[in-house]
This record gives sequence, structure tokens and C-alpha cells, in this order.
Amino acid sequence: MIKSLEELQKLKEEQLEAIRLREAEQKVRIVVGMGTCGIAAGAREVMAAILDELGKRHLTSVAVTQTGCVGLCAQEPLVDVILPGKPRVTYGKVDANKARQIVAQHVVNGIVISEWVVNRGEA
Amino acid sequence: MEELALHLLDLLENALAAGARHILITIEEDAERDRLTVTVQDDGRGMGAEALPKALDPFYTTRTTRKVGLGLSLFQATAVQCGGTLSLESCPGQGTRVVATMKLSHPDLPPLGDMGATIATALSREEPVEIVYRHRRGMREFQFSSAWLQLHLGEIPLNCGPVLDWVQRYINKGLAELYGGDAK
Repeated sequence: MIKSLEELQKLKEEQLEAIRLREAEQKVRIVVGMGTCGIAAGAREVMAAILDELGKRHLTSVAVTQTGCVGLCAQEPLVDVILPGKPRVTYGKVDANKARQIVAQHVVNGIVISEWVVNRGEA
Repeated sequence: MEELALHLLDLLENALAAGARHILITIEEDAERDRLTVTVQDDGRGMGAEALPKALDPFYTTRTTRKVGLGLSLFQATAVQCGGTLSLESCPGQGTRVVATMKLSHPDLPPLGDMGATIATALSREEPVEIVYRHRRGMREFQFSSAWLQLHLGEIPLNCGPVLDWVQRYINKGLAELYGGDAK
């Protein structure tokens, strides 16, 4: 338990540093569909994989949020990636493995993985 | 739903959609009375007397994207199948309380599952929410409070990957200790 708290303290220091660094720049946002349809399709495992990947890469400037059912239940789990100044990209039928690749390719390198995209927002 | 934690996430999503600011989750395992009690209490907008009886009907929903709302009815089906019940109390403006009971020894009882991931997921949002999770097992108890975490973190938002990843591991480690280190 004590070790966990030390870890939390370390995390806090890293975070504060990151906040200072990004004053000017905007946040990347990742949104996971978390309606009953999403949850039943495995959205929580997708979320856990994204959190794990962000944690491993120390990507503190990424906001992770969730949304309810958007009416695309057959394509769940759905993951939106919104890079600052770019339109929303929605990935469908995401699993833990795909989620990790989305973080690595899209969030880190800025390369959209077109074959998994089911929808794009207005430019 | 394959885990109790997934049903719980579904209830948490309902509470968040109802605009809850504070959510209290309690899980009580009483081996002596062979009873598992799961409670989710929120301070969201609640439901009136007309909506309350319909909330357990899978073909009732306030959502407009489609005509079915399965969350509560799925959890009710699980509770009933495991020799228990699901009850709802709600008042407009005062929040909602969902209580599900199950037989602890029932062979169909789903495993608790990844509670850490469930809580971390519920905390992944822009609007602040306070979640308290208490898990009692006989005489022992594990507790997690997001307010306590926020106090430690200060100005850092909870919904950043590394923090939520920590939350997930912290809760699962706490539960593993509660279960004597042999379960998830």
C-alpha cells in the first residue's frame, strides 16, 4: 500500500511537469463508447488497454472520456480519437489489441489506421 | 454480462447520465447468511413515480437513439437467476438507489471481475464526479474514494491515462488483499 502511494506521488510530479509543458498546446482526446451495447461488446477492456498503454508511455497530455450509446451498436466497441485541430475519427469493433495500436499509431504518430475507421467528423 | 463488475459499470453509466456528482458503491459479502448485496446510490436527477416501474422494462428508455434500454433489466435477470432480487428507489431531484441481492453460493453467480477497470472507466470523464467504493467481506473491508485521490493529486485531472491506470491497479491490488491474495 505504501509503495502504491509513493508511486502516486511520483505520478503527480510527472503530471505537474506535463501540465507546465503543455500550457500552450491543446489536449488529445480519446472517447470510448460506454453504453450497455459498448460494455457488452468489451468496451471496458478496450478502455483498460488504452489506460495501460497511456500509462506505459507516460502520455499525460491525453484526456480519456466516455460516451453513451451513439446508435452504432453493431460497430461497438467504438473509440473516437480527436487530435487538436483535426476532425474526430471513429474506430469500430475495437479490441484491446487494436486499441493499443490506435494509441501507438494515431495518438503518438498521428497516422490514422484507415481500415478500422467507421466514421469521420466534419473537417 | 460476464462479470458483476460489468453490470456495475452499466449502473454507473446510468448514474453519470443522470447527472450524478456523488456515487456510492457498496458490495457486501456475507458468507454466514449466504448473501451478496450490491448497492449503487447516486445523487442524479432521479425518476418520478411514473418512470420508476417502467425502468426495469427492457422496452422502456428515455434515450432517443433507439427504443430499448437493457441495462437494468439485464442486471435484474442476473440477480433473479442467482436467487435474489433487484430493487429501485428513486425520487425526482434526489437521486436513485439500486440494490441487488444474490445468493453468494449460487452456481450461476458471475465472478466479481475487474472492479479496478470499472471504477477507472467511470472516472474517465471531463465533468468531475466523486465515487466511493466500499467492499466488505465478512469482517474485512476495502475502500476507495476518488475524492481522497483528488486531494493527493491536487490540480491534476483524474481523467488522464496514467492516473486512471494507477486507479485500476490500486483497486485490484486492494481487492486481492481482501481476498487473501488469491483472487483478482
